[in-house]
Amino acid sequence: MALEIIELCTNCWACEPLCPSKAIYEAKPHFMIDPDKCNECSGDFEDSQCASICPIEGAILNADGEAMNPPGSLTNIPLQKLAA
Amino acid sequence: MHVAVAPACNIQCNYCNRKYDCANESRPGVVSELHHPVQAVKKVLAVAATIPQMTVLGIAGPGDPLANPERTFETFRMLSEQAPDIKLCVSTNGLSLPEQVEQLSQYNIDHVTITINCVDPDVGAQIYPWIFWKNKRIKGREAAEILIAQQQKGLEMLVAKGILVKVNSVMIPGVNDKHLEEVSKIVKAKGAFLHNVMPLISEAEHGTFYGLTGQRGPTNEELQALQDACEGDMNMMRHCRQCRADAVGLLGEDRGSEFTMDKVEKMEINYPEAMKMRAEVHAAINEELESKRLAKESKVQVINIQGIKPKVKTRPALIAVATKGGGVINEHFGHAGEFLIYEASSEGVRFIGHRKTTPYCEGDISCGDGESVLDKTLKVLAGCEAVLCSKVGYEPWGPLEAAGIQPNGEHAMEPIEDAVLKVYEEMRVAGKLEAKVDEQQKVA
Repeated sequence: MALEIIELCTNCWACEPLCPSKAIYEAKPHFMIDPDKCNECSGDFEDSQCASICPIEGAILNADGEAMNPPGSLTNIPLQKLAA
Repeated sequence: MHVAVAPACNIQCNYCNRKYDCANESRPGVVSELHHPVQAVKKVLAVAATIPQMTVLGIAGPGDPLANPERTFETFRMLSEQAPDIKLCVSTNGLSLPEQVEQLSQYNIDHVTITINCVDPDVGAQIYPWIFWKNKRIKGREAAEILIAQQQKGLEMLVAKGILVKVNSVMIPGVNDKHLEEVSKIVKAKGAFLHNVMPLISEAEHGTFYGLTGQRGPTNEELQALQDACEGDMNMMRHCRQCRADAVGLLGEDRGSEFTMDKVEKMEINYPEAMKMRAEVHAAINEELESKRLAKESKVQVINIQGIKPKVKTRPALIAVATKGGGVINEHFGHAGEFLIYEASSEGVRFIGHRKTTPYCEGDISCGDGESVLDKTLKVLAGCEAVLCSKVGYEPWGPLEAAGIQPNGEHAMEPIEDAVLKVYEEMRVAGKLEAKVDEQQKVA
């Protein structure tokens, strides 16, 4: 059970200090999550902290490879406008 | 100047897109290089030694400075030690302001800017889709309610500590435009010293919620009307150019490209030496300001003594000015990237704001785009009755006159306010200031 940061990440640093497991680290070209350390915040917080502050839709995936914040979920931008 | 040390943000605004970063863009929230505090300090010292007029260092993003407290305060701490002659300022959305006030008060902070777009959570819910608060992402009205409460509490705490507070507001037509008059009254009552109402920037290509959903920004006239309405209650800021979070230089003239990190790393800066030179430059600037002030005072006295002008009540008129700076009319109409707008009336002259345009003569040598660019400038100057420049070319002359804007190149190198008054007086003598008085009275 671990989350993953993918190339949509803009390296804004918001998640890094919040991780209770110190699983997030600065890397090139973008931040990474150490899958051995990440427990999705279970036992520490109700919600995964990185996915709760990340401003970029689709940048963090769950263990099934699905976006924690799917398109439109954070910005309220209608999907057809996002696609355009 | 601003240094970009604060990348993280704890809220989302509908006019912001954190994915965007382009060196050709000039607007808040955008930077090209993110700096660690040590690099940022190096850059500040290099700029301060090269441009001695630089007096204030701000941290404005690209995220929220107070959502990055370690980086922001580390930068302030080092600068307080190494460059005590530089004043510090910081901008914030206010969410974590109350918990940071104590630490802020430890540094040489000139002022804090809080962006307050609303005091009503129903309005706020249309501006802020979410905030990150107490380890949770909170959405909708509840998010706006918390943010507003934190902003107001932070404002009160700063004022109680004796720290100057400026308030920025983004004017969003149909969302908070009517509401901002109330915001202005409230923040003034609580002790903010200055209110800066800025127009929404919402180009579709920026990819923001407002940009993609077709929310328009205000027209120049709408912005000015709101600033005027707020002015009765509050000191309004009119010179804001909505610069980038890594801007360097004087208003409207970004010199950031001279100070990229690779260039800064190669500079040898002896700051204690630079500080002596800076002190001399600042003393000279103060002396010049003082002598200008005295000259102005004595001129006012002369006019009063002579009493040549009977006080005739005439209607106010807007007059546009092209200038490169220095307080004089010294820019060619075709080269002006912006116009300063003054309101002249029987009471005197006051600065209203600036309006950006594309220089008429820019680009293509043959001025092929000239016509459409002129149309844009005519729109930008709507409501103005004259435009004063060092020179106006033959081609734009006719269209300007046809649009009711008298081109005028007769006051080159004259102090702006003197020239505006002279032109206003000419308009009065020519009987141009009477006709509309009747119209206004009819409306009233």
